[in-house]
Amino acid sequence: MVPRTLAGQAGKILLLGLVTALAVWGAQPLVAAHAWVALGVLVAVTAVIFLVYLWRRPVPAKYLLPGTLFLIAFQVVPILYTVSTAFTNYGDGHRGSKQDAVVAIQSASVRQVPGSVEYGLSVATTGDPATGDLVFLLADPAGKAYLGDADGLRPLPAATVSGGRVTAADGYTLLNLGQASARSREVVAFVVPTRVGAIRANGITRAYEGEASQRYDPGCDCVTDTASGHVWRAENANGYFVDSAGQRLPQGWKVNVGLRNFGSALTDPQIRGPFFGTLVWNFAFALGSVLVTFALGLLCALAMHSDRVRGRSVYRVLMVLPYAMPSFAMLLVWTDMFNQQFGLLNRLLSTNVDWLGEVWTARLAVILIQLWLGYPYMFLVATGALQAIPRELAEAAEVDGAGAWQRFRAVTLPLLLVALSPLLISSFAYNFNNFNAIRLTTEGGPFPASNPTAGGTDLLITYMYRLAFGAQGAQYGFAAAISVYIFTIVAIVSAVSFRRTRRLEEVYS
Amino acid sequence: MRIRSTGVVVASVLTLAAAACGSGTAAPSSSSAPKNNGGTLLIWADDQRAAALKPFADKFGKDNGVTVTVQAISKDQQTTFVTASQAGKGPDVMVGAHDWIGNLVQNGAIDPIQLTDAQKSQYADIALKAVTFNGQLYGVPYAIENVALIRNTDLAPTAPSTMEDLVAQGKALKAAGKVSNIMALQVGQTGDAYHIYPLFTSAGGYLFGTKSNGDYDPTDLGVGKPGSVAAFQKIRALGEKGSGALTRSITADNAIPTFTSKKTAFLISGEWALPDIKKAGIHYDITPVPAFAGGKPAQPFIGVQAFYVASKGKDKALANEFVVNYLTQPDLQVALYQANPRPPALTAALDQVKASDPDVQKFLDAGKGGAVLPAIPQMAAIWDPFGKAEAAIIGGAAVPSTVAAAAKTITDQINK
Repeated sequence: MVPRTLAGQAGKILLLGLVTALAVWGAQPLVAAHAWVALGVLVAVTAVIFLVYLWRRPVPAKYLLPGTLFLIAFQVVPILYTVSTAFTNYGDGHRGSKQDAVVAIQSASVRQVPGSVEYGLSVATTGDPATGDLVFLLADPAGKAYLGDADGLRPLPAATVSGGRVTAADGYTLLNLGQASARSREVVAFVVPTRVGAIRANGITRAYEGEASQRYDPGCDCVTDTASGHVWRAENANGYFVDSAGQRLPQGWKVNVGLRNFGSALTDPQIRGPFFGTLVWNFAFALGSVLVTFALGLLCALAMHSDRVRGRSVYRVLMVLPYAMPSFAMLLVWTDMFNQQFGLLNRLLSTNVDWLGEVWTARLAVILIQLWLGYPYMFLVATGALQAIPRELAEAAEVDGAGAWQRFRAVTLPLLLVALSPLLISSFAYNFNNFNAIRLTTEGGPFPASNPTAGGTDLLITYMYRLAFGAQGAQYGFAAAISVYIFTIVAIVSAVSFRRTRRLEEVYS
Repeated sequence: MRIRSTGVVVASVLTLAAAACGSGTAAPSSSSAPKNNGGTLLIWADDQRAAALKPFADKFGKDNGVTVTVQAISKDQQTTFVTASQAGKGPDVMVGAHDWIGNLVQNGAIDPIQLTDAQKSQYADIALKAVTFNGQLYGVPYAIENVALIRNTDLAPTAPSTMEDLVAQGKALKAAGKVSNIMALQVGQTGDAYHIYPLFTSAGGYLFGTKSNGDYDPTDLGVGKPGSVAAFQKIRALGEKGSGALTRSITADNAIPTFTSKKTAFLISGEWALPDIKKAGIHYDITPVPAFAGGKPAQPFIGVQAFYVASKGKDKALANEFVVNYLTQPDLQVALYQANPRPPALTAALDQVKASDPDVQKFLDAGKGGAVLPAIPQMAAIWDPFGKAEAAIIGGAAVPSTVAAAAKTITDQINK
């Protein structure tokens, strides 16, 4: 029985209060948006939290709940969202609903009627400025006043026109800019029908006679240009309107495309061709980065572990320094150092190597950069693990007549690997998708002259990024499908490695 | 005991919740208070422009009894705007480059605007042409930008008349040990279509043909046509395997520093290079990018900065009023020029600025006859493959096969 303290009780009250406050705060926009399902989830989650912490029985749940909730919120939901996006054509030009696209097409086609006049506009009402029915009081360039409403345009005799606008009219209250703007939606939607089009507000102080030249007809599910008679038919499977010549209207909508994104990632010759080579290099990069950083980090850690080294704390600080610097800036600085003409490296070595312009030197360069950025981390974890290995083991081996190398090889390294394998695997998974390491240095280059889409140092992630976002804007659906593939590859590799580590642990424990 | 403590917890929690509820419901009602009397206008701009806009926005708000908020968006303005618009959380007015228009229209993020003929006549023609898409005007332009040849007058007193002349002058300076590079035109490992474009057009290339109404025609792709191959041949002759005037060692990061540290006499860049050059105390002059001898004119890309009315803004009438009827005053454009010195698009503002800053007119002259940066969405498919082909060719790759590969990639992307 856990003793109750006043502080614990107060903390509980405060935290649960905070949860409730957050839930109420989060519920308001959901209610406003009529998102009842999301609201239900919110209420259920809050109820579960209360149940678990107010009811004494579920002790394990008290510990597991916060982690589980965060896992769901930050891991499971994004993955589910990515997977669901992968089945759509979501992206630039296909973001909203068909209804949105139709509205966008129609409003983008509103043009001023040729030869029509511009009016000075005063928004007015016969009733209260905030709620009364709106009318447009219009003044043409000749200074003649008109009244415009849903019935059309008619002359308004009892009005004062000055500065091109009606400034007073009998029986009408004129709205000032602020009052009119408060009723913005009504002002924008207000049209005064005319013979050829309709008079619409252009801002709040002017109006013009305009006409939508493209209209959507639900009957034929098509958009027709009223002037030329040109027709674009809806292709509901693809989410756009297309004419007989295959030309699309720019505004499309989001539709479900099933497995198409997954399929095109496999069948597109642009992807299929360089995919294997990129995958091999991707593995080499991730493995290489982990191995070289681990080797150097371990070497430094071993050196620092020896009692014979003086000033160890100074060295340790110096060695951790690269880890403390922002890697974004460091990546850019390193790229500059590899510049052929101005780079530090060529000047120091008096060479003229086009580091980032040749495939193998570029690959060497990105691994070198990874080495510099990554070894402090390996140094830190190896130092920690080394200190956890009892010195008696090495001493016992020494008594048995083992040399330094044998002691390291047979005693220290296996014990280190047991402790560090999970870290090495996660480091591999991280480097497998190390977008910044490539994007901010070589940008995937150098590129063969024959194919500008797949470069010598491209990882799958940078390569796919170019395919998904390099075309006509972003193609999130396609990008999501690719992420699912990469996720699968990394998951398989990690699962296999973890299984092997477990075997290793069984051997040495 | 157990029941009682649970009861205490529940009661306290309910009190806290009530407090949250109270403050929660109070917040919207207080923020909606001015909305009932006036309106609210939200403007998004980049950091520099947001600061310059603020006083004008405040004045507009005070004069008209509305609340105007200017919000600085420091990164990825276009994507942020499109995503926020779609979610109904976007601004009423957006400030940005004209080549966004194609993408913004295909996402239904901006509305066309109507300017009177009198208003149109106050703007530079090229600026209006830039913000026109599918025959509709989509933004109110306020600044024009393009590249020019910036020359160190101590090293090169006379402006080169042709590209060949420029290379000869640069070579002579290099031979005399005064400079390390013939010129600084940023290429890098992945190329730069924007900066190479004057040379590409002068040598006979183009990106998109034009339709009868003056719009760019995405079905007429210039990359891969014989003209583009010939153009890249000339560019290759200036590259690493040729005269060495163009090199991948000059990148976006070091092009301007190369010029300011006097390692080269010639820099092809825009207005944005001037602050650094002035700080370095270099005597300079600005002239149009020279054409190849006997070639076509060297056309730089013309970019325009503009104000847009968001389709999904909450207060469209006021946004339209602000953009169409208020922004057309010269004072604001002068202030925006002072925040970020690029020639104003409004002729009256330009005249005001010209008197104190001769560079403005020089950049405008360099942009004369330039090509409006295509705003069609298909342009997004050009940048990457074109730049890489350029970098490969400057590095010495064979021209016909490289251009063919780039053309194929671009065509595939456009037809996707």
